Amino acid sequence: MNRAPFESIARRPRLVMVGNGMAGVRTIEHLLELAPDLYDITVFGAEPHPNYNRVLLSPVLAGEQTLADIVLNDAGWYADNGITLYLGRKVVRIDRVSRVVEAEDGTRAAYDRLVLATGSNPVMLPVPGATLEGVLAYRDIHDTERMIAAAAAGTHAVVIGGGLLGLEAANGLRARGMEVTVVHLMPWLMERQLDRTAAELLMRALEARGLAFRLEAQTESILGDKRVRAVRLKSGEELPAELVVMAVGIRPNTALAESAGLHCHRGIVVNDTLQTFDPRIYAVGECVNHRGVAYGLVAPLFEMAKVCANHLAEAGIARYSGSFVSTKLKVTGIDVFSVGEFAGGAGTDEIVLSDPGAGVYRKLVLRDDRLVGGVLYGDTADGAWYLKLLRDGARVAEMRDRLMFGETNVGDTGHLGKSNVAAMANDMEVCGCNGVCKGKIVSAVKDKGLFTLDEVRKHTKASSSCGSCTGLVEQILINVLGSDYAAAPKRKALCGCTDRTHQEVRDAIRDHHLVSAAAAREFLEWRTPDGCATCRPALNYYLLSTWPREARDDPQSRFINERSHANIQKDGTYSVVPRMWGGETSAAELRRIADVVDKYRIPTVKVTGGQRIDLLGVKKEDLRGVWRDLDMPSGHAYAKALRTVKTCVGSEWCRFGTQDSTQMGKDLERALWRMYAPHKVKLAVSGCPRNCAEAGIKDVGVIGVESGWELYVAGNGGIKTEVAQFLVKVKTAAAVLEHAGAFLQLYREEGWYLERTVHFVHRVGMEYVRKRVLEDAAGRGALWERLQFALEGEPDPWREPARAGVDERQFEALAL
Amino acid sequence: MSIVDVCALEDIPRLGARRVRRRDGVQIAVFRTADDCVFALLDRCPHKGGPLSQGIVFGDKVACPLHNWTIELGSGRAAAPDEGCVQRFAVRVEAGRVLLAA
Repeated sequence: MNRAPFESIARRPRLVMVGNGMAGVRTIEHLLELAPDLYDITVFGAEPHPNYNRVLLSPVLAGEQTLADIVLNDAGWYADNGITLYLGRKVVRIDRVSRVVEAEDGTRAAYDRLVLATGSNPVMLPVPGATLEGVLAYRDIHDTERMIAAAAAGTHAVVIGGGLLGLEAANGLRARGMEVTVVHLMPWLMERQLDRTAAELLMRALEARGLAFRLEAQTESILGDKRVRAVRLKSGEELPAELVVMAVGIRPNTALAESAGLHCHRGIVVNDTLQTFDPRIYAVGECVNHRGVAYGLVAPLFEMAKVCANHLAEAGIARYSGSFVSTKLKVTGIDVFSVGEFAGGAGTDEIVLSDPGAGVYRKLVLRDDRLVGGVLYGDTADGAWYLKLLRDGARVAEMRDRLMFGETNVGDTGHLGKSNVAAMANDMEVCGCNGVCKGKIVSAVKDKGLFTLDEVRKHTKASSSCGSCTGLVEQILINVLGSDYAAAPKRKALCGCTDRTHQEVRDAIRDHHLVSAAAAREFLEWRTPDGCATCRPALNYYLLSTWPREARDDPQSRFINERSHANIQKDGTYSVVPRMWGGETSAAELRRIADVVDKYRIPTVKVTGGQRIDLLGVKKEDLRGVWRDLDMPSGHAYAKALRTVKTCVGSEWCRFGTQDSTQMGKDLERALWRMYAPHKVKLAVSGCPRNCAEAGIKDVGVIGVESGWELYVAGNGGIKTEVAQFLVKVKTAAAVLEHAGAFLQLYREEGWYLERTVHFVHRVGMEYVRKRVLEDAAGRGALWERLQFALEGEPDPWREPARAGVDERQFEALAL
Repeated sequence: MSIVDVCALEDIPRLGARRVRRRDGVQIAVFRTADDCVFALLDRCPHKGGPLSQGIVFGDKVACPLHNWTIELGSGRAAAPDEGCVQRFAVRVEAGRVLLAA
């Protein structure tokens, strides 16, 4: 025997998974990301196929895709990851004492941890004739292949069950040329997802495609000798059929778990960490009952997979607390969307828009000023937005009057104002930043098996730059995936290095007085030693904004623009924007700028939207010389910081001016410059309501009126035009400074990195801002004081690079 | 090709990079990781030519400053799902000096 004596001690723990479907394999994928070498992994699958995308069975049935197209993990994936895969082997026994599972053919595998992902079984009605040839469920590849074969041979089909799955099956069979009748027990279709009005519109549309329906109809028996011939209803009617598809529901597959003595009740009962009553055994997917709910759609299963993987990887910080599910019928050309308590009832308000002639119906259900459910028929463009409002529990009081018209009715730029993807041609551009058209997204979703917005962003780059087409991309995902679209989780980790959210990281840094990135990463159990390009700048900002003058800036954690104090351009040169207080300049400054342009051969000089002058095409090695010769302060046009205060001429010259807006702008800019923030900050001051400085679309906009100043906050003129909201009217310039400063300090202390003021205020609510900045006068004073404390003595990086911590070595290239 | 002493290890910031200019051709980026490993790549992202020397270095990767592609310093390859790779140069540290083969 040549075995090393300690082999048995040194071996890795063994993880066995029973079930090779989407939920289980997704769990393994997450686990491999978190802890690639922790386990020896063995997977048993009862089907002879590798993991495929069950969501896309309907397109396969309808002839739009083939089985090969929908495989998610081929045999090579298992081999590459060192996973032992047993296909076509059904596990029939778990020995929990010796911790071994055994398959039908005798294959055994010992486990230290076991994951059950046994899925669900279709419910077969126990009517006479249910076992005849040609009577099928609609659940897996095997069923789908048999349906395709039957469609080729026969002409009549009956689908029992007018729910989501039944209608998709009926539509697919119709597309293959069969005469299809849907038999449904209830008075209208999809009664668990739709109200009567929407269901009737749906039925009319399906009838127009040649489907027939029998509502409030009960199947008495299925007729035939060996093969099915017809379906007899309780009413006595006989429907001819060479194929009968039962789509009356699914039941969690708990047989194996029950035989092992695990507690099951309408599913394998698990806790919030997806553990069964035997803590070594986890369960995920459709076989599970979590808090009394068994899920049958992919999105919640993926959420479970993520949590389960987190615990298997011994990270131990994730919890699954249930999912909101939405429903979207995957029938090409018919758009139905439903979510939550769509039926309304006592204690709820309903907002309804109904235009049956145009095939449009929309109902939103509200309770206590929160959206709790809805049904959309015809135009489902805003489904993703409603789902988000519902899941976030967002208060909708301030937008009730506009809620019905959706999110995309104003201000989006970059895609021709299109908001309805179903009507878009495949070659139409969706993402104007990265030049991605609809067809490219659709094929990436189908071919690469993508489920989330993040995945689409990674693979296609669509909506990964400015984000204005996010809603469109989500809609395309929903249209392709139907109800199995996995909406971005409400709780979003800061980046791949951690499971903590921005809020949790902010809180920990403040509550535990963490003053260095290394300490924060250690305390918060970061998975990477020095973070990544996403979390490093965020952490650096959180430390500096929470502990000013105490935390030290780390230039290597800043994007290049903030490290070199200039804006990098596409060719690797930089642009330089000197500060001009309030947008005012002088002959001397203009002369110096002209001399600099000549001396350093700067190719382009441009006037910016923020009333500054931009020098473009400066070589990196010239930056310090340009700053020195300009002899003007840094304009911070490169930073997540106060950019500009734009002003109109004001009462000094303007015949309409009521206030000296230029002076107010200069005062604001001198008080606030060098102010770093979660994102860029732009201000404007107008001297009268004509508002020539465009204060209505700024982070803080000030408008002079005869009797004082009006302050508006959280506007945005960029990707999505957002009009600033009124905050307060004050009398004096000092009050303008204090209120504007307090609002900005609140944003600096509580905003998430890369969150503009508009998104910050959407998140926390205008009510909260008013409470902190208006109602609490002492709190306002304290905020304003903290901001001044943070800014006092901050050096200008152009004039005092050494004191500002600029690494000046970067400006010199080394020579060979 | 020759081996040139371009600078001291300490002349490159930790989790940072320096640019090395060549008489002709694109400059070379020399990176230093948190644990003082040194890598050298052509200073041109395979995506749109961004100067990798100006990116954020983390682990043994760098994020391009233009569009945030992640390039593995050891292999010069773009991290999935992006596809592309950038030329590598041999580099090592001896007695605190950075020796580059270029």
